[in-house]
Amino acid sequence: MADDASQAGGGIFPATGWSAIEAARSPDPDERRRALDRIVAVYWRPVYKYLRARHRRNRDDAQDLTQEFFASLVGRGTLETYDPSRARLRTFLRGCVDALVANAERDARRLKRGGGTSPLSLEFELAEGELARSGLPAPERSDDFFEKEWIRSLFSSAVSQLRAECAAQGKPAHFALFERYDLDDANPRPTYSDLARELGLTPSDVTNYLAAARREFRRIVLELLRQTTASEAEFRREARSLLGHAPE
Amino acid sequence: MSWLSDDALSRLRSAASAPDLSGTRYRLLGEIGRGGMSTVFLAEDPSLGRRVALKVLDVPDETGDLAARLGREARILARLEHPGIAPVHEVGRLPDGRVYYAMKFVSGPRLDAYAASSATLAERLRLFQRILEAVAFAHDRGVLHRDLKPENIMVGPFGEVLVMDWGLAKQLEAPADPLADLPASRGHTGHGAVLGTPGYMAPEQARGEVASLDVRTDVFALGAVLLHLLGGRTPAPLLAICRKAMADAPAERYPSALALHADVDRYLDGRRVEAYPEGPGRKAARLYARHRIAFWLIVTYLVVRGSLLFFGGR
Repeated sequence: MADDASQAGGGIFPATGWSAIEAARSPDPDERRRALDRIVAVYWRPVYKYLRARHRRNRDDAQDLTQEFFASLVGRGTLETYDPSRARLRTFLRGCVDALVANAERDARRLKRGGGTSPLSLEFELAEGELARSGLPAPERSDDFFEKEWIRSLFSSAVSQLRAECAAQGKPAHFALFERYDLDDANPRPTYSDLARELGLTPSDVTNYLAAARREFRRIVLELLRQTTASEAEFRREARSLLGHAPE
Repeated sequence: MSWLSDDALSRLRSAASAPDLSGTRYRLLGEIGRGGMSTVFLAEDPSLGRRVALKVLDVPDETGDLAARLGREARILARLEHPGIAPVHEVGRLPDGRVYYAMKFVSGPRLDAYAASSATLAERLRLFQRILEAVAFAHDRGVLHRDLKPENIMVGPFGEVLVMDWGLAKQLEAPADPLADLPASRGHTGHGAVLGTPGYMAPEQARGEVASLDVRTDVFALGAVLLHLLGGRTPAPLLAICRKAMADAPAERYPSALALHADVDRYLDGRRVEAYPEGPGRKAARLYARHRIAFWLIVTYLVVRGSLLFFGGR
């Protein structure tokens, strides 16, 4: 799975200051492939769901077009035409999806499954399950939907990475607290005292562990954001849009 | 990967954007509001059991200029100990690098919301006078606010006012005190920089003539604040007060916030307003309004006396 924590974790790219968009333009095919993995991890579900919502494509068509879309990004140099001074990456990608659909409608000879390249291993059933929960929005609301799904995908990747990091560092209580307090939709919301009793911690530990987990989550989100934006200015713009402020 | 509901997304967004207060004395309680460059959070200082407003700058501060500016603002405010000026408790930097300061938390509407309330004209004018007193105090200490507007003024539950956001404040003369180490006229208070809010900014401020700014620059903004506070039901003498305060030429404005205060006082007392020239008719109408009871008592007395004389003489 492209957004698996093992791929999203550190080691593939340096922690900061490295953009997958830049790497995707590298002459080294391995580097390009790794860069594509990172972009795919954050964007495949928004793209697939957008095809289903905006263009009302059936599952098979949406899957084919998603594969073809990502194959064209790097394989056919689509990403090289991206100019961060003119648009956000996700706006550009959404436009590319629209163009791909328009071309596909004109070109009945469209190659299936990414134009001959190896198909990506994407869990479309999982995306379908999510669509079943959220429902398909009206086509005219699909731009907002794409944005929301991008945030959901970005945060999902960050949560996976946080889970993997907490496990690797022997801090399961940190993630358990984060999961119970910030991810679960329990109603009523648990209090810090509830969580302390539940996990055998002191309320002070709950405060500190949860703050540490959130701090790490924020760091991972910003790292993912930095890797999937093409310039410092775009990164700051996206961070401000997502988090309300630009980071240091 | 587990599904993240819309509620979870909202919580995660808050968790990722909330200030990390570890290492500070504060505990986060929530968000109060967002401005162009900063967000204000409600926090608690558990050691004192006190709620504070934490103003956190949202923009990066790579050069340290913003931290210096916020520190400067805090030190200016430390000199302005007045019930109408929100005190700053502390300036610091969060673990994520953002700069913040903690100030008094005021629960109440901003002046723009108060202006839309059902307060009477007299209540509005007395409230405005309290704003004038706070600003006059700052002027007396040699400090210009330079960004007075309804959004920067809070109204407390007992009608008290707090003038906020002294981020653009300017020290008028070189101080011989701890402010002496402030960075002189840099960044946001620099020469030629156009700073302030359109609609409340005096013409000389809009032109970036930093060197020519004085207390009359704030008087202009106060006139605009009064106009906003009065809304569409402004009596002519009060409109004249606003016009005088907002005159294009500084020399034609009130020379100080206290002079403006005095003219508002005159209006409230029914005396002649300096900004409103009176002919005999207007003067008579004002005197009548001010002394209506005495007028009718005298008229009644004269009528009765005249009647007695007339009928008694028969």
